[in-house]
Amino acid sequence: MAELALIADALVRATPLIMAGLAVAMAFRGGVFNIGAEGQLLMGAATASAVILAWGPTAGIAAAAVALITGSVAGATWAAIAAELKRRFRVLEIISTIMLNFIAIHLVSYLVRGPLQEPTRIYPQTESFPTAATLPVILPGTRLHLGFVLAVSLAVVLAWFFRSTAAGFRIRAMGASPRAAWSVGGIDVDRTSFAVFLMSGALAGLAGAFEVTGVTFALYENISPGYGYTAIAVALIAGLNPIGIVASGVFFGALETSAIALQRELSIPASIASIIESALILGALTFAVVRGRSLAAMQTMVR
Amino acid sequence: MSALESFLEGTVRTATPLAYAAVGETIAERAGMINIGLEGAIIAGAFGGFVAAGSGSVWLGFVGAGLAGMMMAAVFALFTIRIRADQIITGTAISMLGLGLTATLYRQVYGAGGAALSIPTMGIIEIPLLARIPVVGQPLFAQPPATYFLYLLVPAVWWWMYQTHAGLGLRAIGEDPRAAIAAGIPVHRTQTLAVLFGGFLGGIAGGVLVIAQAGSFAEGMSAGRGFIAIAIVVLGRWHPLGVAVAAIVFGAASATQYLFQAMGWALPYQAFLALPYVLTLFGLAGIAGKATAPASLGRWPA
Repeated sequence: MAELALIADALVRATPLIMAGLAVAMAFRGGVFNIGAEGQLLMGAATASAVILAWGPTAGIAAAAVALITGSVAGATWAAIAAELKRRFRVLEIISTIMLNFIAIHLVSYLVRGPLQEPTRIYPQTESFPTAATLPVILPGTRLHLGFVLAVSLAVVLAWFFRSTAAGFRIRAMGASPRAAWSVGGIDVDRTSFAVFLMSGALAGLAGAFEVTGVTFALYENISPGYGYTAIAVALIAGLNPIGIVASGVFFGALETSAIALQRELSIPASIASIIESALILGALTFAVVRGRSLAAMQTMVR
Repeated sequence: MSALESFLEGTVRTATPLAYAAVGETIAERAGMINIGLEGAIIAGAFGGFVAAGSGSVWLGFVGAGLAGMMMAAVFALFTIRIRADQIITGTAISMLGLGLTATLYRQVYGAGGAALSIPTMGIIEIPLLARIPVVGQPLFAQPPATYFLYLLVPAVWWWMYQTHAGLGLRAIGEDPRAAIAAGIPVHRTQTLAVLFGGFLGGIAGGVLVIAQAGSFAEGMSAGRGFIAIAIVVLGRWHPLGVAVAAIVFGAASATQYLFQAMGWALPYQAFLALPYVLTLFGLAGIAGKATAPASLGRWPA
């Protein structure tokens, strides 16, 4: 039973990594360097929390559903700032999304110490959501929630989207070569790039909404231990392939859960996980180069 | 100290480590190398400086800080210049590596109670006469020597970049590496040295945080300064003097809290913490079309 709980914990940890990993894959495939999954995830978490808390004690599964939708809209909106800065002012999204990550962190900090703080005003967090407004547990006796199933389903949908739809093809074409996509394919690069950014943000926002409605049941600072950054590793190890992201997300979820267990039991610092993650990114890059695959090639890979 | 002086002092204090890191990144970017792993170099420098200053010498501390930053940059150079991996992704990994490595080493070496450790710090040295200038004297000339060294470094880098043959070669690489090769410039060697020097200054920035400011190390104390420095390079239009000005502007945005406190404006403190990032976004939008990046920036080395 203890092992089952450990596996479930790994899958719980994997859920935001898969979602944010899909967000990163969507962006990178379309040639958009969205490093802002972290901020978009936080905005999704904050907005989902606000919706459920505003609903009040009667909040039920309908509130949770609305929270998920508004959470993903919030993620898309946060990404839209960087997308608009890129479209109108040619601001590098690498820089703007990182700035927006910091702004989101301070915004969450303000919310949980200000308007959304719990009624006793002691702890920097919101009050807990009504149980009826949380995502159902799918494996009784564990913390594994519906969000995991939804994340895996979305990965399947995205795999189909990239492989079998015209829009998915346009995105891959643009990631491979914006100039060719425009001159040969007649693709409106600015518009497609903007749409990719929004979809990427929506996926990251949904990751945050899943996290508050499925795991924490409240909003607080540090709600994300850097999911948005780890997600870059998750997506790259999987070669930006949605199905692969499910596997690498579960792998990283297990890695981080084990690191936390190791810290607790053997006092090995959990930060060792980020050393392993960065080594894996560098390894994946080297592997891609050795096999003659640049990132551009990775973006067009169809599996 | 008056509110205005506190504001200016805070401006210079915040700007100092940012300017070190941003000037180093400017040199790397003018050679076509965008090192997003600067954050990793800064935190490595902070840790290296902390360990080396534990020997009792603040100067040895700065040497350790610079070398630690340079080591992170060496990993970046190895993967981007030799293996030809993507610069942005390599840099992201280097940032994670630096943060993870320093946090792990710190806990392993100093244990969980390490936060109480402190090291010798670089004291403030007032420059005679200059420090007596009204208003700006204290903020500018009653600082640790690390800040004064920056006053010399920025013009020196400008002179080197725009008035020497080697500086011209560096800028040529950033614009067109193939033409630089044709002109007989050792492109890969120059790019490697530029990245290493950028990492060294990033490490010094971390050293400033630990040795001249905080007096101790904390996990993740670089707190995004590497990414801010990269934005500052853009705001400073890839020019050493412009970058120095942009660092001061960012420092001023961070220090506005002293002014607002003095005026009794009640805004949530998070607004002040977020303000520099918001202003950076506006600044980046504002310079649109006026600044052009080195043409080969972020591409694979030729």
